[in-house]
Amino acid sequence: MRASSSERRPDDGAFEALSLRNGAAVSLGDVPDMNFDSFARWIAGSVRTGCRIAAFFAVARGRLEHRVENNGTHFLYAVLADDATGLLTVARAPVSGKYPSMARAVPALHLFERVIYEKNGILPEGHPWLKPARFENPSGPAAGDMDFYRVDGDEVHEVSVGPIHAGVIECGHFRFQCLGEEVLHLEISLGYHHRGVEKLLAGLSPARIPSLVEVTAGDSTAAHTWACCALLESLTDTPVPPRGHYIRALALELERLACHTGDVGAIAGDVGFLPTSAFCGRLRGDWLNMSAMLCGSRFSRGLLRPGGTNFDVNTILAREMAKKMETILRDVRGATHLIWDSPSVMARLTGIGALTKADAVALGLVGPASRACGLSPDARRSHPLPGLPAPPALCTADTGDVNARTKVRCDEIAASASFCLDALRDLPEGEYRFRPDADETLPLAPERLAAVLIEGWRGEVCHVALTDKGGGLAAYAVVDPSFHNWAGLALAMRGQQISDFPLCNKSFNLSYCGHDL
Amino acid sequence: MQILASLSGIILSLLLAPLLPGIINRVKAFMGGRKGRPLLQLYYDLRRLIGKSPVYPSVTTWFFRAAPVSCASVSLMALVLLPFGHSRALLAFPGDFVLLAGLFCLARFSLLLAALDTGSAFEGMGAAREALFSALAEPIFLFCLFILCQQSQQFSLSVLAADADLWEEGDWMPRLMLAFSLFLLLLSENSRIPVDDPNTHLELTMIHEVMILDHSGPDLAFLEYAAALKLWVFSLLIVGVLLPGSLGLSQEYGGYFSLAGMFFNWVLTLAAVFGMGVLTGFVESLMARLRMERIPQFLAMAGAFASLAALTLWGRA
Repeated sequence: MRASSSERRPDDGAFEALSLRNGAAVSLGDVPDMNFDSFARWIAGSVRTGCRIAAFFAVARGRLEHRVENNGTHFLYAVLADDATGLLTVARAPVSGKYPSMARAVPALHLFERVIYEKNGILPEGHPWLKPARFENPSGPAAGDMDFYRVDGDEVHEVSVGPIHAGVIECGHFRFQCLGEEVLHLEISLGYHHRGVEKLLAGLSPARIPSLVEVTAGDSTAAHTWACCALLESLTDTPVPPRGHYIRALALELERLACHTGDVGAIAGDVGFLPTSAFCGRLRGDWLNMSAMLCGSRFSRGLLRPGGTNFDVNTILAREMAKKMETILRDVRGATHLIWDSPSVMARLTGIGALTKADAVALGLVGPASRACGLSPDARRSHPLPGLPAPPALCTADTGDVNARTKVRCDEIAASASFCLDALRDLPEGEYRFRPDADETLPLAPERLAAVLIEGWRGEVCHVALTDKGGGLAAYAVVDPSFHNWAGLALAMRGQQISDFPLCNKSFNLSYCGHDL
Repeated sequence: MQILASLSGIILSLLLAPLLPGIINRVKAFMGGRKGRPLLQLYYDLRRLIGKSPVYPSVTTWFFRAAPVSCASVSLMALVLLPFGHSRALLAFPGDFVLLAGLFCLARFSLLLAALDTGSAFEGMGAAREALFSALAEPIFLFCLFILCQQSQQFSLSVLAADADLWEEGDWMPRLMLAFSLFLLLLSENSRIPVDDPNTHLELTMIHEVMILDHSGPDLAFLEYAAALKLWVFSLLIVGVLLPGSLGLSQEYGGYFSLAGMFFNWVLTLAAVFGMGVLTGFVESLMARLRMERIPQFLAMAGAFASLAALTLWGRA
C-alpha cells in the first residue's frame, strides 16, 4: 500500500515526482518538494505525454509543519493520473501569495487555478480568465454577479438562462452571445450550490466523513462514497474483504445503469421522441429500485462504509437481483434500440455539439464525454483498485457529438449490466465488512497523503486527503468529474444553434453541486 | 335550415375544440405506455385560468393585452368562413379564402408584437422563429386554399361543402396530396412535433409556447382556446378536402338540410376531425423533432406536394 518509487535527483533542482498506486497512501515526507519552475515543467511535460490532472489544490503551510527549508505560505499539490502506467504521480511546490499561471500551457488547469485563487487567495499571475468559480467569499460578490464576456455588434444579442430553470434541476447561470440562432459564445457561471464541503470534511471526525460525502453530489453517491472509503481505509490500513469489494462495484454500476438509462430517456425527451423517453423514465426507476434492494436506499446511501459495506447480498437476493436485472436490461435494450432505428432521432443527434479530440485532451475531459471523442480514460481499467473483478468493457465513439455521447452511454448500459450479472454470480464467499475489534474508528496515520480515483458514471471522481502530525485531516480535496467537463459543454456549443443547447447539455448532464461543492 | 346547419356547426366547433388537444395527448400517452392526463384537461385549465386575475409585465403596453383577444376573435371568424363538413359556411363570398389566410396572419402579427412587447430575450427569439417559419408557411397555405377554391367557379371555401362536382372521378391522388400538404401545415402552424414541441419545458427550443410565457389568467385562457380553435380549423379544412363531396347515403334522409342529414353530417365530420387528432397523436408519438435548420425543408415539402396537386389538377385541363 506504500509508495512504489521515490527518486530524487538533486542535480538540477528538479525531482522526480512521487508515484503511487490508486488508493495508496504515502508519507508526506516522501512527496518531493519542487521549486515552482520545475513543478510547472513537470506538470506541462506530464500532460504532454498523456497524463491527466486528477487534482490540484493548495494547502496552508500552517497545517503541515513538516519541513521548513522552503519559504512560502502554501503548498501547491498536484496529483496527475497516468493511464499508461496506471499510477498516480504527486508533487508539490511552495508558493506565497502568487505564482505564474500555468493555464495557458495546460488549459485543464484553468478552473483549478481559479478555485485556488478564490479559496486560498493565491494569485495565478497572467491567468487568461480569472473569474469567480464558486463565489466562495461571503463578503465578495453574490453568485452570478460577474463580468460576463460580451460580443458587441448590431445583430448580436445576449440570452441569459437561469439560475432558476424550468424543470426540477439545480441552479446555474448560462450566458449566450448569439448571432441570430447561432451561439458565438457560451459562458457558464456556477457556484449557487457552494456549501464548503471540502472545508467541512477537513474538520470532521473520520467516522462522520462518509455520510457527508454521500450528499456532495447525490447522483454519484456510490462513486464519491467509495472514493472516500478507500481513502480512509488506506489512511487507517483497513483491509476490505473481497465480498465487500464486489458489492461496492455492484452499487457503482447500478448507479451508472440508472443514470445512463435516465439520461438516454431525457435526451429522447429533449428531441421530442416519446417512446424512448417514456420507457427510460420508468426503467431508471427500476434500476434505482435495484439499489434499494441492495441497501434500502434508491441512491445507495448508507451502503458503503470504510472496511466494506453495511449490507450483504445473500444467495437468494443475488439470484433475485440477477433475474430482475435481466428483465430490466431486456426492456432497456428495446427502448434504446428505438433511437437507433428512428431516422428522425438519428438526424437530430448527429453532428450536434461536436468536440474535437484535441479539445477534449486540452480541457482534460473525463468520463463518457471524453470517451465519445475517441479517448479512452476509464479509471476502472487504467487505475483499478485491488481485489476487484475485471472491469466492464470499454465503450468509445469517435465523433464527439451528441450522437456519440448517447451511443457511449447506451453501450455502457449493456457492458455494466453484464458486469453486474457476472459479479452477482461470482460473489466471493466470506465477510462483506472488516470489523475491527475495538468499537468503530481506527486512528488515521499521521503525515500521510492518500489519493483515490473512482470511475463514476459521469467520469472519474478523485479524492485526496492529507493528514497532519496528530493524525487529523489537514486537507481534503474532492474533484467531481463535472469540474473537468463544464468547460467542454461551453466549448461544444460554439457555432451551434441555441435551440440545441438543452440537448447538448443533457448529453453531458453535468452536476452543479458536484462542481460547486 | 341552411343557416341553422351552419350555426350548429360553429357552436359544435366552439364547444368541442378544446377536446382535440386532449385527444392528441391521450394518444401520445397511450403510445408511451402511460395513462395520460384527462381527456377534458384543457377544459379544466380554461376554467381555472378564467377565474384568475391576469398579471401584466410592467414594461408591456396595450399590444400585450390585445393579442389574446385578437387571436381568439380571429379563430372565431375563421369558423364563420369555413364550412362544417357538408353544411356551408355562415359567410361565403368569392375570395373568402384570402380572408381566412389573412385572418391567421393578423393573429400571428398581434402575437408577435405582444411577444416583442415584453422585451424578454426568450420571447424575442420565439417571435423571430415564428416570423421566419410562418413567412414560409403562409404562401403555401394560401396556395393550397387557392387550389381548392379554384376547383369551382365560386372561388369560395364553401365549395368544400356538399359540392359533388368539385372533384372528378380520378381526383383522389391530387386530393390526397393536397390534404398531405395541409397536414404538414397543420403540424407546423399549430406548433406540433416535428416542428415544435408543445410539451417541452425548454424555453430555448420553443417556438409558439415561448411567445406566451408572460401571459397569464384569462389572457392565457384566450390564447390556449384560440390555439385549440386553430388546430380545429386546420383539421376541419383537411376533413373538407378528404370527405367525399356528397354521400348517397345521406340523400335517403332528405339531404343535408333535414334534421337527420344534419345529424349525419355532425357525426361524420366530428369523427373525421377527431380522427385527425388521433393521426396527429400518432405522428407525435413516432418521430422526433426536427432540427430548427431543417424546418424550412419540411415546409418546402408541403409546398412541393401542393404544387404537385396543382399540376395534376390543372395539367389535365
